[in-house]
Amino acid sequence: MGKAWKFGENLNTDEIIPARYNLTIEPKELAKNVFCEIKPDFAKKVNPGDVIVAGNNFGCGSSREHAPIAIKGSGAACVIAPSYGRIFFRNSINIGLPILECPEAAEGIEEGDEVEVDLANGKIRNITRGTAFQARPLPDFVLKIAAAGGIVAFLKNHDLEELL
Amino acid sequence: MGTLVEEIFSHRAGRKVEAGEILLLDVDYIMSHDNTTPLAIKAFREIGKPILDKNKIVIVFDHAYPAPNVQAAENHKKITDFMKEQGISHFLHQGICHQVMIEEGFVTPGAVIVGGDSHTNTYGALGAFSTGFGSTEIGVAWVTGKAWFRTPETILIRLEGKTQPGVYAKDVMLYIAGMLGMDGATYKSVEFSGSYIAGLPMHERIIFPNISTEIGAKCGMIVADDTTVDFLQHQTKARGPYQLLKPVNPRYIREIDIDVSKLDPQVACHPDVDNVKLLSEVEGLPIDEVFIGTCTNGRYEDLEIVARILKGHTVNKYTRTIITPASTLIYQKALKNGLIDVFLEAGCTIGITGCGACVGRHGGLLAAGERAFTTMNRNFIGRMGSAEAEIYLGSPAAAAATALEGKIADPRRYLEVL
Repeated sequence: MGKAWKFGENLNTDEIIPARYNLTIEPKELAKNVFCEIKPDFAKKVNPGDVIVAGNNFGCGSSREHAPIAIKGSGAACVIAPSYGRIFFRNSINIGLPILECPEAAEGIEEGDEVEVDLANGKIRNITRGTAFQARPLPDFVLKIAAAGGIVAFLKNHDLEELL
Repeated sequence: MGTLVEEIFSHRAGRKVEAGEILLLDVDYIMSHDNTTPLAIKAFREIGKPILDKNKIVIVFDHAYPAPNVQAAENHKKITDFMKEQGISHFLHQGICHQVMIEEGFVTPGAVIVGGDSHTNTYGALGAFSTGFGSTEIGVAWVTGKAWFRTPETILIRLEGKTQPGVYAKDVMLYIAGMLGMDGATYKSVEFSGSYIAGLPMHERIIFPNISTEIGAKCGMIVADDTTVDFLQHQTKARGPYQLLKPVNPRYIREIDIDVSKLDPQVACHPDVDNVKLLSEVEGLPIDEVFIGTCTNGRYEDLEIVARILKGHTVNKYTRTIITPASTLIYQKALKNGLIDVFLEAGCTIGITGCGACVGRHGGLLAAGERAFTTMNRNFIGRMGSAEAEIYLGSPAAAAATALEGKIADPRRYLEVL
């Protein structure tokens, strides 16, 4: 269970982490500046298990992996949005950042709400408001990658063919 | 049976594939550049397995090349050492990755190409399936020669008619971006067709898949035809026979019809690619820098239009005008045909072939409070340097007219069509 941090629509990868901080690929280092221009207090106040809730097309823009790595490094448990920038979506799956597609939850959760997420079945509960949502279930192969901790970890012990 | 992307996936998988299906596909080429290769090497080392086929790997230095700082130099060294260690020979550094990939013949119709760059969609202009990946997946593809894909649904955009003089493919695509918005095609394939596309030369066709990235598309597709084959044979190192696939009884999730003959010059205004206005609405806005080049509009024919407008004139004294040919071949042709002389005499600065100022690393960065007019495909905040600078996007002709006046200007006045 964690606190919700709310973001708007079409948030691009530069707004998640400006390119000038992309000199490192260290998750904890990147996390120090995550969302620094649009929510300057986020990096200091985020707690492990908190949840990012955003509008349409979250993470649009460049192919840089620093964006999902920075969010994962912040300790946030997952992202909930109606849709994602497609490379951000792939990158998040591949590095093991859980992301859920759920327009109703993105609408029905406000900044600071207490939220509980069950990633395995996509159930989202807004404890503060007493509401519940069902995210689009993640495909099995995505859960396999997530269970391994990312695609690199998966490939250490498996062949890519075992995904599908 | 299916859309162009379904046909390519079906052909590759050896069975019928429909939108929504997730599958593993063999990829023909795996491209990455100096910005995205270091992280791919890290993923590769962590996986700890050998490269499947080094001939599938293409590495391009274009984002920060020649190195503008020590950090870029360290990246280049790291990548070069890696290429030597692994015997990777497809190493290119004579221009922007998406231009040299085409020139060198890696892009052919029906091919499946992935790239560590969001504008990898570009190759759809030649009837290939190509899309952008993050670095980790580039490392995965080096090892496996494969990638997972969710077969995308397709939006058809049918473009009919002829544009008026002074209106270009860039204006048409910016109009589409304004209409569909930044998430208008998220996860989707966008097929561009109609009599307008059929009549376009390749340098104008490329604009559509290239900017399809900015409306969220997984790929932008144009069916290969005689123009494609002629271009491949005469302007690239690719040689046939080609896989000339086309849609067969396709089902589209949305069909859009546009009459391009009604369009006027367009500008994508600060700070989003879908913040598109008629050029006439922003005409007169003062401009500190004009930047002409990039994987969108740095081709020979683009430079030719710019030269036509600049010839015999001088750019505005306080408007830095930087022209960066997309590749060495383009640069050579521009030199040979006198275009570079026209630019230098007009007071322009010629940048080094490559991405230049478009990636905000070198070649014309912006200070806080400055405003640029460029031929780029993306105008995100901070892209060209200061987060307090503004970027406007338009056609090469509009950029040239703007350079002359030092403020956003209608190119049609200089093309003697107004």
